[in-house]
Amino acid sequence: MTPIHYYRCFLGIVWREALRFFHQRERFLAALVRPLIWLLVFAAGFRAVLGVSIIPPYETYVTYEVYIAPGLIGMIQLFNGMQSSLSMVYDREMGSMRTLLVSPLPRWFLLVCKLLAGTTVSILQVYAFLVIAWFFGIRPPLYGYVTVFPALIVSGLMLGALGMLLSSWIKQLENFAGVMNFVIFPMFFASSALYPLWKMRDSSEILYYVCLYNPFTAAVEVVRFAIYAQVDWPYLGYAAAATLVFLGLAIYGYDPARGLIARKAGAGAMG
Amino acid sequence: MGRGHQAVGMPVEASPVPALEVSGLVHDFGPKRALDNVAFTIEPGDFTVLLGLNGAGKTTLYSLITRLYNNRTGSIRIFGHDVRKESSAALARIGVVFQQSTLDLDLSIAQNLHYHAALHGMSRRQAQTRIETELGRIDLLERAHDKVRALSGGQRRRVEIARALLHRPSLLLLDEPTVGLDIGSRHAIVSHVRKLCREERLAVLWATHLIDEVDDGDKVIVLHLGRVLASGRVPEIMRAAGASHVREAFTNLIEKASQP
Repeated sequence: MTPIHYYRCFLGIVWREALRFFHQRERFLAALVRPLIWLLVFAAGFRAVLGVSIIPPYETYVTYEVYIAPGLIGMIQLFNGMQSSLSMVYDREMGSMRTLLVSPLPRWFLLVCKLLAGTTVSILQVYAFLVIAWFFGIRPPLYGYVTVFPALIVSGLMLGALGMLLSSWIKQLENFAGVMNFVIFPMFFASSALYPLWKMRDSSEILYYVCLYNPFTAAVEVVRFAIYAQVDWPYLGYAAAATLVFLGLAIYGYDPARGLIARKAGAGAMG
Repeated sequence: MGRGHQAVGMPVEASPVPALEVSGLVHDFGPKRALDNVAFTIEPGDFTVLLGLNGAGKTTLYSLITRLYNNRTGSIRIFGHDVRKESSAALARIGVVFQQSTLDLDLSIAQNLHYHAALHGMSRRQAQTRIETELGRIDLLERAHDKVRALSGGQRRRVEIARALLHRPSLLLLDEPTVGLDIGSRHAIVSHVRKLCREERLAVLWATHLIDEVDDGDKVIVLHLGRVLASGRVPEIMRAAGASHVREAFTNLIEKASQP
């Protein structure tokens, strides 16, 4: 196998992910409607309740909608990461994960390709959201649409890697509700997505630290700063490190000899 | 069109290397022993039936051969390549049809096949040529752009076999490929694969619990509760089991193995 084989394989995996995405219109619509409801309904209701003081990267008072936009971007990528993870579990039950894993290319490479493909799809979703949000008054500086791009790669990779890690642990796809309750909601609410962390500190010191070290907060803050062409270095480092840890554990989880895949009789393996 | 089975660098006829060589294979799921000292070989051009009831360990064996996981003792060699140590060379030589369908229902036949070709590092053009050849062989070329969802069960199976052959493997593994199909489609699939085996000197390992899929000239491996009870050509198996028919031989062997 030469680099050209790796390259073709990478393109093939990304292409398939994109095709699946465009063929599953419900998934695309859901990915857009979910954050829009938060933006148009939730944020409108809370605007009066929560005043957001001037904190970096903002230089003036911003509306609540503007404040939560990066959190909603994070939500899109979080859902996408979990969905592609679940589709991997589902795939594994159905077998198309197995089609991927019998490729002669190294397994870590296949998983990295799958992660990049999922991240690509999540970034497409985010830009679609940003376009719609523009019409509803979320208008970051124009350069922000460009500068946010590298941040979206980092946050997308981190949340995708987390999903992949979970997929190597979840034995069986029961339903999406479990992941909603135990992963998505806790990560989303215990973060800086909906309220600045200093507000949380006023209520509970412990929760403040939970939020502070929640990797999802890192994803949201990296995106929030990038929209204004700024870099939140500590959180960027944290997000990058979390990506490597999640991905490393996921690759370990899928390792044929040592990983969890080897320890469980999943994948319809008995018979 | 001729198929290149010179995967190990020499003509298969002159090759002393078995297509698949399994020896001393043991695998446990926790306390349960799923495979116990399994050993057999398959030569190029052999149509070998892996016969066993549900729960015999057929799928576990396939998972180990395809390296879905490989925490086991014993060795598995594909054309001389150890699956664990030279997994890339080993995996490049096998084509697999899994028990459950692994096609993307929302994508077209061609899209599914192109994806598989990419996983094997094939160029777009090369993939296109081979897809046309393989789809032509199963009479589905004109439906290449139809969604898989629109196909019948038997057609989907044939597409999966075509997919497994795209990268020109020398060993084809099929795990209960006829499950859920009607008699007509079953027959068509069995004879299609037999023909491939005969004409292309493809080594085939065909797992099934259906005895009527065994032909008199086949090699048979009888697997029961993770152990190989018998292996050899059909007449040898019948002689060993003191039976006059394969079905009787299979029943005898299993009854004998179940006795304390």
